[in-house]
Amino acid sequence: MKRRDFLKLTAGGTAALACGVAEARPNLEANDNAIGMLYDSTLCVGCKACVAKCKEVNNMPPEIDGDKLAWDSARDLSDKTHNVIKVYKNGTATVKDAEIDGYCFEKRSCMHCVDPGCVSVCPCTAMRIDAKTGIVTHHPEVCIGCRNCMVGCPYNVPQFEYDNVFGQIQKCEMCNQPGVERIDKGMMTGCAEACPTGATLFGTRETLLDEAKRRMALKPGEIYNYPVGDVRKPDKHHEKKVPEYKQHIWGEKEAGGTNVMHISSIPFDKLGMPPLEERSAASVAETVQHTVYNFMALPAIALAGLAFVVNRNIDDDDDGGDA
Amino acid sequence: MAENEFDFSGLEKRLSVSRRTFLKFCAGVAASLGLPGHAAMAMAAAVADPKKRPPVIWLHGQECTGPTEALLRSEQPSLEHLILDLISLDYHQTLDSGAGHQVEEIKKKSMQENKGKYLLVIEGAIPVKDDGIYCKIAGETMLDLTHEAAEHAAAIVAYGSCASWGGVQAASPNPTGAQGAPQVLKGKTVVTIPGCPPNPANFIGTVLYFVTYGKLPPIDEYGRPKWAYGRLVHENCYRRPHFDAGRFATEFGDEGHRKGWCLYKLGCKGPETYNNCPSLEYNNVGGNVWPIGVGHPCFGCSEQGVGFEKPMFSLSRVLTHAPPNMFPEIESREDVSGMSTTAAALTGAAVGAVVGATAMAAKKLNEKEGDQD
Amino acid sequence: MSAYQPLGGRIFTKPFIVLFIIFLIGCFFMYQRFVVGGMGAVSNLNDGYAWGIWVVYDIMIGTAFACGGYALAFTVYVFNKGKYHPLVRPAVLASLLGYALGGFSAFFDMGRFWQFYEIFLPGNWNFNSAMLEVGLCVTAYIIILALEFAPALLERLGMHGLLKALNKVLFLIIALGVLLPTMHQSSLGSLLIAMGHKVHPLWQSMHLQPLFALLSALIMGFSIVVFEASSAAVGFGRKPETPLLAGLGKAVIGLLAAFLVIRLIVLMVQGRLGLIFAGDFASMMFILETALFVVPLYILLSPTRSRRGSQLLIAAVSMLLGGAMYRFDAYLITYNPGPGYSYFPSAPEIMITLGIIALEIMIYLVAVKLLPVLHREEHA
Repeated sequence: MKRRDFLKLTAGGTAALACGVAEARPNLEANDNAIGMLYDSTLCVGCKACVAKCKEVNNMPPEIDGDKLAWDSARDLSDKTHNVIKVYKNGTATVKDAEIDGYCFEKRSCMHCVDPGCVSVCPCTAMRIDAKTGIVTHHPEVCIGCRNCMVGCPYNVPQFEYDNVFGQIQKCEMCNQPGVERIDKGMMTGCAEACPTGATLFGTRETLLDEAKRRMALKPGEIYNYPVGDVRKPDKHHEKKVPEYKQHIWGEKEAGGTNVMHISSIPFDKLGMPPLEERSAASVAETVQHTVYNFMALPAIALAGLAFVVNRNIDDDDDGGDA
Repeated sequence: MAENEFDFSGLEKRLSVSRRTFLKFCAGVAASLGLPGHAAMAMAAAVADPKKRPPVIWLHGQECTGPTEALLRSEQPSLEHLILDLISLDYHQTLDSGAGHQVEEIKKKSMQENKGKYLLVIEGAIPVKDDGIYCKIAGETMLDLTHEAAEHAAAIVAYGSCASWGGVQAASPNPTGAQGAPQVLKGKTVVTIPGCPPNPANFIGTVLYFVTYGKLPPIDEYGRPKWAYGRLVHENCYRRPHFDAGRFATEFGDEGHRKGWCLYKLGCKGPETYNNCPSLEYNNVGGNVWPIGVGHPCFGCSEQGVGFEKPMFSLSRVLTHAPPNMFPEIESREDVSGMSTTAAALTGAAVGAVVGATAMAAKKLNEKEGDQD
Repeated sequence: MSAYQPLGGRIFTKPFIVLFIIFLIGCFFMYQRFVVGGMGAVSNLNDGYAWGIWVVYDIMIGTAFACGGYALAFTVYVFNKGKYHPLVRPAVLASLLGYALGGFSAFFDMGRFWQFYEIFLPGNWNFNSAMLEVGLCVTAYIIILALEFAPALLERLGMHGLLKALNKVLFLIIALGVLLPTMHQSSLGSLLIAMGHKVHPLWQSMHLQPLFALLSALIMGFSIVVFEASSAAVGFGRKPETPLLAGLGKAVIGLLAAFLVIRLIVLMVQGRLGLIFAGDFASMMFILETALFVVPLYILLSPTRSRRGSQLLIAAVSMLLGGAMYRFDAYLITYNPGPGYSYFPSAPEIMITLGIIALEIMIYLVAVKLLPVLHREEHA
């Protein structure tokens, strides 16, 4: 028993840890040119044009809900559905955008986080942030299928094809995946293009955030000319009375923010948004990871110390050759 | 047989329709009213009985005579005969052969004689600004005429959007203060048959109901008969599957428009307009002839606050989903299976095996140690 | 003459055949998973619960159960407690089996198993990922464990030259055998950090996740040694090694106490103590889990109880269950990806896991009978 040795080892390790402590990793910053979308739930009429367009662009089959329905009726995101319109209902559910006795629609699709959990946890860099567009992309050719991205995503967006022996992860890539490349071609995302009301609005994150803030500042009841399509050069506008927006732009700050932002007249926890803090879990995880494994310094020092101690103890040992 | 109890011979002569055609018509009207089979016979009997014919006073206010014109062009077998003979049309400014003081006399006389028995039909809006001076007939304002005629009417029908809520006259800035009959005749029940022009079938059905049963059909809060205005155009629209599938025409003449896709993006007001156009189409022209059928978005002509108020190509509010039943709720998920009994049993068995084996091993160890002690 | 000897005896005993049948059932479902319908055909994994018992039991808990070799290597070679040497080889065997089969489980849980090698290509590495650390480190540790166990095989085969060469670098292998589990067992905790709000507040200690994972792994490592030795004593009718095990029991006291105390302090600092007594499902699980840690502490602190083999076994099993629950709770039972999701493993899923466990025990039984693994009994 060499208590002193062990203490020395511990002290050495702590010292190494102290030197190795990386600066706490803050949230990643939004890319200035990041493209995104703004979903205004008060404009959504539930026509599901975006859902249909998404299936068309991604060439995905309908999701048939058992024998209850005979058409595409995905209940949630799935390996065949990158985008789905869900509904919030309360009481009689007759008044649009009312919290009590009302209803409102909510879009579920990849939020394209500024500091994405899926990218942070993926061991093989199969999830990446596109440097130019800020889109969170998936690269199945290097994916091992560990599905850490699914558990690491606060919104449960990545979907695995469980029913396929040779399945892969599926997620929205804002219509810029290889073979589609709508963004590179200067087009809008399919869902934004299909949306008849501008409920799904396309643009850069910056311009969309401005638009969202503009809407927050409007007085309920006044008429606002809502843009449709791309907020920077709208296809057209339509006039509508301003609803009572909740003063909350989802995705402005949540877990480092998202490129796809939502606004609504119903509190977001009722719309199934997770309880997120401003600091992303990914940034905390990476801080811990880099503190321990900064340049592998700590493990290397620990190994040296351990090798030294073990070597001496094996020699001390009468039994010698037996491990 | 019940039908033998009625004398149709007189009717056949009077209306110059065959008995067969007439019964078919009655059955059709009864069906579109959602009435049971025997109602058709009751209706036929009522129409066949000349004594039941109610006198009708028909007033025109601010309007284009569209409702009357539509009625005249009804393609039902000899409909104009039916209408004119079914009711005793004592006063109608468009159809009366007489004119001037003569017809005004007849009107006054009829109203006097049939106090509490005549049917009042109002066509056109009623201006109320400046004591209603913007519409005068025979030296009297429409406002006064309406009040006068309504006082002893057995029932009041506002025919057309103008009479129902003011129509185009009431559109902003409404210089004459045009109003519909229900607003002018507060406290009285006014059945409204809005539309611009209204579908004559909705008028005929309502009148036949009144003739048959001596009362008005069930109406909604705006006085519209529920059988005709109970559903949104969007609900029965033949283009609805395209809406549900997200296939929209975006411009007149584009691919989607040529393929007959949904006209919502072109400003179709079907999703916020209550009418039975998709089922009845218009005036029995056939061949899917009604606005949406011929490729034009619904204008919302029969809906107060939509027609003449919202721009033609502005987007409508979609009321179909109130309450929304065809959407997954926030908490609904794909492929979430519960706990199977087998799985629960297996888990229990596994945990039980570990605990049981430990207990047994502990007992044996105890025995061994007991030996040692 | 080696201090170890093969146990000998019949291989196809009744328990072995029962295990073999369980294994065959598991194989049938593995065939379904790999050939017929993919993971969806046999498991209840879904979009909210992407990790089921295959990850959480087979890897998270299975490798912690396989920490016996790690715990003993620490004791014997770092703290130089040579008297525990007799326990090392069976513990290393169990660890090797646990890790190797954990690795195999990772393979069938891997959605894209046919390109598993992508994680080993340095060009793909994402150094931010705890999963990368786990993947590489576990693989390396399986190799290290194989080398640590190699002497048993080499002795049996009589390859003494190779044995000598191996002994020369053994210190490095053992050092790695201590370092690697420290790294990846803590990383198994780090995986929870990125899950953020999905992990129940009672289990979400964020920065301290690696510490709790490591402490629980060590506790389970010591416990499994006690469990295995006791089982061997009962199952093979050997003399119980109670005094040695009692010594290990003492070592665990500190770890146990540290685990419990730090846990309470963390919850206090986070202001989440109230959640323990919320009376909901999670609070029940927390209390049950903590009880499974407190009971052994009570046994081990008692001078009379801690010397009795049966009590030590109960304490060990309690700690194993407690450690398993800690991971099950954090990763699965109280894990909440959002409203509407639920998960309970399907019967085929459980059968695959049971099949793997059966295989592990079968190989262990064969190995101790054929190879010099167990320590030569003094009175034999």
